[in-house]
Parts: sequence; structure tokens; C-alpha cells
Amino acid sequence: MELLPTVWFVAIAVLWTGYLFLEGFDLGVGMLMKLFARNNTERRVLLNTVGPVWDGNEVWLLTAAGATFAAFPLWYAALFSALYLPLLIVLVALIFRAVAFEYRGKVDNARWRTVWDWAIAVGSFTASFGIGAALALTTTGLPLDSNGDRQGGAFAWFSGYAVLGGLAVAAFALVHALAFLALKTDGDVRHRARRWFVRLAPVALLPLLAWAVAVQLLSGKPWTWLLVILAVVAAAVAWVLARQGAEGKAFGALGAFLVCATGSIFGAAFPVVIPSTLDPAFNLTVSNASSSAYTLGLMSIVAAVGLPLVIAYQAWTYWVFRRRVSAAHIPAAHGFLPAIAAKVLVGNESPGGTAANHARHNASE
Amino acid sequence: MDALEIARWQFGITTVYHFMMVPLTIGLGLVVAVIQTLWYRTGKVEYLRMTKFWGKLFLINFIMGVATGIVQEFQFGMAWSEYSRFVGDIFGAPLALEALLAFFVESTFLGLWIFGWKQLKRGVHLACLWIAVIGSVFSAYFIIVANSWMQHPVGVQMVNGRPVMTDAWAVFTNNTALVAVPHTLFGALGVAGAFLLGIAWYHLWRRRHDGIDTVGADGRAIAGETNIPGRDKADYKVWIRSLRIGAVVAMISFAGTAFTGDMQGKLMFEQQPMKMAAAEAACHDGTGFSVLSVGNVGSKNCNDIVAVIEVPGILSFLAKGDFTTEVKGVNGLLDVYKAKYGTNLPNDPLYGDRAGQQIQYVPVMEVTYWGFRMMIGFGGIAAFAALLALWVTRKGVVPQSRWIMRLAVFGILAPFGANAAGWIFTEMGRQPFVVAPNPDASGIDQVFMFTAAAVSPGVSAAELITSLVVLSSIYAVLLVVEVRLLVKYVRGGVASAMPELAEAGHGEKNEKKKDGDGGTPGAPGEPGTPDDVLAFAY
Ligand code: HDD
Ligand code: HEM
Ligand code: HEM
Repeated sequence: MELLPTVWFVAIAVLWTGYLFLEGFDLGVGMLMKLFARNNTERRVLLNTVGPVWDGNEVWLLTAAGATFAAFPLWYAALFSALYLPLLIVLVALIFRAVAFEYRGKVDNARWRTVWDWAIAVGSFTASFGIGAALALTTTGLPLDSNGDRQGGAFAWFSGYAVLGGLAVAAFALVHALAFLALKTDGDVRHRARRWFVRLAPVALLPLLAWAVAVQLLSGKPWTWLLVILAVVAAAVAWVLARQGAEGKAFGALGAFLVCATGSIFGAAFPVVIPSTLDPAFNLTVSNASSSAYTLGLMSIVAAVGLPLVIAYQAWTYWVFRRRVSAAHIPAAHGFLPAIAAKVLVGNESPGGTAANHARHNASE
Repeated sequence: MDALEIARWQFGITTVYHFMMVPLTIGLGLVVAVIQTLWYRTGKVEYLRMTKFWGKLFLINFIMGVATGIVQEFQFGMAWSEYSRFVGDIFGAPLALEALLAFFVESTFLGLWIFGWKQLKRGVHLACLWIAVIGSVFSAYFIIVANSWMQHPVGVQMVNGRPVMTDAWAVFTNNTALVAVPHTLFGALGVAGAFLLGIAWYHLWRRRHDGIDTVGADGRAIAGETNIPGRDKADYKVWIRSLRIGAVVAMISFAGTAFTGDMQGKLMFEQQPMKMAAAEAACHDGTGFSVLSVGNVGSKNCNDIVAVIEVPGILSFLAKGDFTTEVKGVNGLLDVYKAKYGTNLPNDPLYGDRAGQQIQYVPVMEVTYWGFRMMIGFGGIAAFAALLALWVTRKGVVPQSRWIMRLAVFGILAPFGANAAGWIFTEMGRQPFVVAPNPDASGIDQVFMFTAAAVSPGVSAAELITSLVVLSSIYAVLLVVEVRLLVKYVRGGVASAMPELAEAGHGEKNEKKKDGDGGTPGAPGEPGTPDDVLAFAY
């Protein structure tokens, strides 16, 4: 195996893991907007735990995609074109989710908020499910021909693995978010999140483990089997710690679970980046899908400097906003103060005098 | 329509849409950063208010840029997989670097800026905005490096039918990119300038209309005050300063785009002579710049185009810097292109149904001709209007005319139009190539790709039409939502971006106190309660 393509395979596995770890909890928080939060204040608590960081988390996805394009153009081209419709759905979900975060609080009106709450909840679920499905399929196979193009029409990518991967990421995101909320909030939300975590984790982590095992059965190696076992241990530890109320440690253990699980999946798949279900001769591998050594070398240098920097300032962001958020911190519905719109109606002219009266009134005071 | 055409429409629509948000993000970001710096330096209340007000509009727009950008990133692989395979070795790198070195910076530091008003020291908080803004400039640089490589491939060698990067320095200092980046950035400033100008005009007009401000005997404005939150004397300063900043920015923008655009024209003459000729609808060789051509500029055979007004020498000046160089017309170039790159598409399965078809080397001339003129025209109109606005308001008074106010607001659209026209001209003028061959010395003539070969072979027209319809309708809805939100917050004025103005019984005093709090070094959750965690809340 050549060195540089291997390094970049690892780098892309790291980027995806970083993405699932970070955006994992904000996707989950998005789903919990509808499943968990009981009223508007609680929803705003949830939103504000991820408010400063969700966009930065999402860039991990863009970097994973961009790095795949740069390092393995044939992987990027085959995967993204084969999964055309599912990725379209992911895009729609991400669009609505992003806009909803920003626009939800911009109009103080219950119906407006409800619409965007649904956009966040459904968008978060759909995006996590779709990305999970895509990742599962790149590890279990797609019907690719010798050129790396999908054969068999718009839905030929579909298989049970797609559902498994989708469930795996969506369910993981959900409990990851509960662990995160237990760590980041205070009061009722915090305690409820912990209780929910303890109850849901044993079930919700199973699909991800099942996906890991499925990939092991296809192409596992001894060390990747070991990682699966470690993942199970980490999950159990996270559960026990959460029960004991050690929120920070539980969150860390859950992270270890994710790292072991994705490590076992990518490790088992290596060196194939997409198996072809038509003919193993058409498999895309780290060597036949990669860019030139020159490009990979250039990218390696930049990534060696850039990625630690990113991790450093993102970590700093979490430090700046480290304090727990609780319902008591949520200010009254803010937003918009209709200085002109209400007091001096725009369009119909007479109210002009009102302001003038105000002015005169003011002056006489 | 076949898959290729649908894919092109989709790319065009989604990119032009993305580029509605992008220049406002870049331009307004820079302006807000400068204004906050002024506040940091002087502590004047009007600068704080301007930061908050324009910052609010900036954020409403920013998020749409993010949402639509993700589509762009995925689209190369989804709809243009063959293109991605061909250019991956070069094109992927700037895209990945954009994410790694620019998007992370932008999104992370903007998050810090939005939520960090109290958590961060004043200087650090300001620095966060600057870092985010510089991030967006870098993002523009990287993406334009990628785009410029399609216009002017450099730094590669052909290996097994694919270009392979051999000289990263050449790619990242592509002369096409080095002029396109400042041109685009100046274009972005134009958008911000007109935005400030139009909205500030509206508010000044509104204040006069509502009888708050009056005009003294010397023709100067007398700022008045009401007891409505935010509509006080400082409010007048907010708008008059915004108006002036906007007008100056719009004029700088036009000077900058004209200067860099002139350099682009000279490169284009060397690198893509056909685009130059098509921009002019110039059929025959010559030196004249047509100010107006009649006839069907879209016709491919050039027979019925008559230049009505033609200025001799100008085209030559645009292309070469003198008045005598013969610029090649479409007819002459056609033979050159045919001889060099063939008359028919190769009989390769990659081209699908289009294999073996005759190649149309002349871009759609209606688009290139009018695109070029609209870019310059709209930009020029905006700059001229800005100059006029500065003159008219030199005494701090805007005219009472409702129509002029409407024109100022409507004029916000002009630089948007110029930007869109510029891109559409650049991209469509490149056709039929997606990677254009370059006959000049620094380009590599053998590296090119026909757009017809770029589309994803495995993706059906039905899938593409689905995504085209889905994305365009979502974009249409979101455009309405964004514009309505912007209008609402614009009408609300400063107070809509600063709820604290309303809470204060006597706005001014309280606001000043809050200023101070914001500046307390490292005061997490300072004001009032010890656990005031959220300086800003969704
Ligand atoms: C001249 C500048 C420019 C141009 C030509 C483009 N963009 Fe863009 N893009 C930006 C300037 C920009 C920006 C100003 O940096 C944005 C706007 C809002 C933002 O977050 O960054 C952005 C956002 C943005 C995002 C979201 C980033 C985030 O989540 O923070 C992506 C993925 C892209 N863009 C990708 C693209 C692609 C693939 C393009 C090519 C077709 C493209 N952009 C054209
Ligand atoms: C943001 C400003 C941009 C705008 C408004 C824009 C506009 C367009 C338009 C209108 C088309 C369709 C051309 C046609 O149908 O004839 C197009 C095509 C394309 N552009 Fe751009 N473009 C922009 C930036 C970019 C950038 C930065 C890149 C690359 C990084 C790029 C890459 C492409 C590609 C791959 C196609 C498809 C192939 C084609 O039809 O030419 N564009 N663009
Ligand atoms: C006298 C004024 C101007 C001249 C001579 C000029 C010239 C040019 C030329 C020659 C190109 C094509 C570059 C190529 O295809 O290689 C271009 C592209 C472009 N122009 Fe202009 N331009 C002017 C004003 C403006 C203004 C006012 C704006 C916007 C406010 C603008 C925005 C753009 C954009 C966005 C592009 C596409 C991106 C790029 O290639 O940089 N231009 N311009």
C-alpha cells in the first residue's frame, strides 16, 4: 500500500468521525426539539446549547466531502453521483435546518416558531439518517460499473445496509445529544436528559454496533474486531457513568464508543473505499481512486498545519461557552421591536403626525 | 431536455442564487467590521447601533449563503461526476482548502461574535468579527482559484488522459485568479454600498416624513427626537453616517472593478479570445468597441449584426492597451478553434447521445454581449447614483420625495444585477468548454474538457429534473422569506436589532451603561445577575 493514499484514507476517517462526534449532538438536539422539549423556553434552552457551534460543526461535513474530492476524486464522484436522490434529500434537510436555526427567533409568533421547529426536527433526523445511509453504503457496496458509475437506475443503491446505517447515525445522534444536554444544561432539562439517556442508550447504540459488525463480517480484520469489542465496553461504561451522574465522563465515554465504532468500520473497509456489488474487479480502492502523490503531499502539509489549528480554536469556542444554560437564563421572547411598523404605520400616511406629536410631547416634558 | 442541459440549468440557477447572498455577506461583513472598529475606537453610541443593526441584517443574509453553499459543494460530485474525475487532482485541492482554512474560520468565529458580546473582552470580540470576515475573503480566494483553473488551466501535465498537478504555486497564483479575486471582492463591496445607501436613505426620509427631523434656514438638517425607542438624535447620526459610508463604498467599488476588470479583459483576450469576441458580438476582426449593436446578436452566423455606434480603438484598448491591435472576430476565430480542437465531439461513449455531434464554438452571444454590458452598466449606474446621493445630502438632508426614496431602495438591486451578469457572462462565455483550452503562453493548450463530457453518466435526466425542481422551488420560497425578514428588520430600524433600547425607560442613559458592561474585561455573565450566561439568545 502506498503511504500517502493510506494517510489520506485515515484523514478522511478522522474527518467523518469528527463530524459524527460534533454535529452528532447538534443533529440530535435538533430532533429533541420536538421529541423532548416541552415548551418554548425548553426549546430555546436546547437551541442555545448549540447556537454558537453548530455551523462550525457542520463544516466538518464540508471538509470531509472536500477532502474526499481532493484526495480520492473517483471515490467522491462515484459516491455522490450514485447516491443522487438520497443526497438531494440530505441537502434539503440541511438547508431547512440551517435557515431554521437562524430564523426561528426572528419573528415572535407561535405559528412561525412551530414551522421552524418542525424544520429543525425533521431536518436533523433526515440529514443524520441520510448521511448514515451514505456512509454505510460506501463501506458495504454500491452497484458500480468499471467507470465507477451506478448501474440500475435511480434507486439501485438501496439495500438493507442503507436503512441500518441511517438508523445507526440517527439513533446515535439522539442519545449523544441527551448526553450533551445533561452536560450543558441545568435544572429540569439536565435531569430529564440524563434519565432519557440511561433509558434509551442500550437500544439506540445497537444499530451502530450492528453496522460495525456487518462490516466486520464482510471484510473484518482481527484488530478491527478488537475495536468492536472496545466499542461495546465504552458504551457500557458510558451507560454506567451516566447512571451515576458523572455527566462529563459519560459524554467522554460515548465519544470513545464512537471513535472505536467508526475506527472498526473504516479499518475493516480499508483499502476498499467503495466495493462494487457488480464485480469486485470494479472496486474503488485507496490506490485506484486517489489523486497524484504531488497533490496528496501538498494536502498533507496543509492539513498537518490546518487541522490542529481548527481543533484548537474550536476547542476554545467550547471553553468560552462552557457554562450551563438553563431555563432561567432565557430572556423574554426578544426579537423585534416594531419602532416604525407599529407606532408609525408605513404606507398609510396620517400616522406621520403621531410621531410629530410624540416629538412635541417630548419637547414639552 | 437532456441530462446535460438540465444539469447546466441547475448549476447556473443554484450558483447565481448562492452568489446573491455571497457578495452581501462579504461586503457587509467588511463594512460591519469597520464600523465596530470605529465603535471600539471612539465609543460613540451611533457606531454601536450601526454595528448591531447592520450586523443583524448581515446574519439574516449570511445563513442563506451557508445553506446554499452546501449544495454547491455536493453538486460537483452529484451532477458532474465525470468532470470531478477529470479535474479532481487539481480542482479538489482548493475546494478542500477552502473548507479547512476558510469555512471553519468563518463559521467558528462568527459564532463567537454572535454569542460572545458579553463573554469576550471587547477587543477579542471585535477580533473575532475581523477573523470571520478575513475568512470569507479567503473563501472567495480559494473558490476563485478553482474557478480560474477552469478558465485558464495552469500547473499541470497530462498523464493518461487526465491533468495531474505538477506546480501548486502556478495553480494558486494563476494570473486569472489574481485579478478575478479583487474584481469579485470589489463587486461585493458594491453590493454592500448600495445596500447601506438605500436603507439609510429610507430611514432619513422616514424621519423627515414623520416630522422628526426638520430643515433649518441654512438648509442643514436639525435632528429631532421622539420618545419611541431608538428614534432619537443618535438615530439620525446612524443613518446619515451609514448613507455616507455606503455611497463612498459604492464608488470605491466601481473604481476597483473597472480597474481590475480592465486587467481581466486583457487576460481574456489572450486566454479565451472567443469569449472576448462574443462579448462584443464582433464578427469580423477590428478595433472598434460597439456601444450599441442592433440585429440579432444571438445569431450564430453573424450576418445580421450591425454595429450602430462604434468607437474605434476602444476594443483594442480593452484587449491590449493600445488603439491599433486588431481584435479577432468570431468568424476568424471559428476556423482557428476548429483546426485546433476538432469540428465534432469525439465518438466516445462518455458523450452519450452527443457523441459525434458538431461542436458549437460560439457562445450564446445574446448572453455574452448583454451580460458584459449589464455588468458594467449596473455597476456604473450604482456608482453614479452614489455620487449624486453624496451631493444631494451634503447638508445632511434627504429630499422629501417619495419617488426618489423608492429609487434609492430599488437601486439596491443594481449591483446584485451587475454581479450576476458578470458571472453569467464569464461562465457562459467559456462554453462549449467546462475547462477552457488556453492558446496563450502561460496556459496549457491540450488541457480542456467539453461541457458535454462533464455530466454524470450514471445519473438520469429524471433525477436531475427532480433536483432542479426541488431546489429551485425551495430557493424561491426561501428568497421570499429572507427578503420579508430583511424588510421587517429594516423597517423596525435600530430598535429591532437592539431590544435593550426598548427596555430602557430613557434609552440613551441605559444604553451607555450597557456599553460599559460589554467592555468589562472578561466578564462572563456580568450585567446584573451573576449567572447571565447568554449575551445573545436564539
Ligand atoms: C466570491 C466568493 C464565493 C464564490 C464564487 C462561491 N462562494 Fe461559497 N461562500 C462564500 C463565497 C463564495 C462565502 C462568502 O464565504 C460564504 C457565504 C456565506 C458563508 O458562510 O460563506 C460561502 C458559503 C459556502 C458554503 C457554506 C460554508 C459554511 O457552512 O460556513 C459552501 C459549502 C460553499 N460556499 C461552497 C461554494 C462552492 C462549491 C462554490 C462554487 C461553485 C461557491 N461556494 C461559490
Ligand atoms: C458564484 C458565482 C458563479 C456563478 C454565478 C456561476 C454561474 C454559472 C452558470 C450560469 C453556469 C451555466 C453555464 C451554462 O449553462 O452555459 C455555470 C456553470 C458552471 N460553473 Fe459557474 N458560476 C459561478 C462560480 C463558479 C465557480 C466558483 C466554479 C468553480 C469552482 C464554477 C463552476 C462551474 C461548473 C462546473 C459549471 C458547469 C458546467 C457548465 O455548464 O459550464 N462556477 N456557472
Ligand atoms: C468598467 C467596469 C468593468 C469591467 C471592464 C469589467 C470586466 C470584466 C471582465 C473582462 C470579466 C470577465 C473575466 C473573464 O471571463 O475572464 C468580468 C467578470 C466579472 N465581473 Fe466585471 N467588469 C466591470 C465592472 C463590474 C462590476 C461593477 C461588477 C459588480 C458589481 C462586476 C462583477 C463581475 C463578476 C462577479 C465577474 C465574474 C467573476 C470574475 O471573473 O471575476 N464587474 N468583469
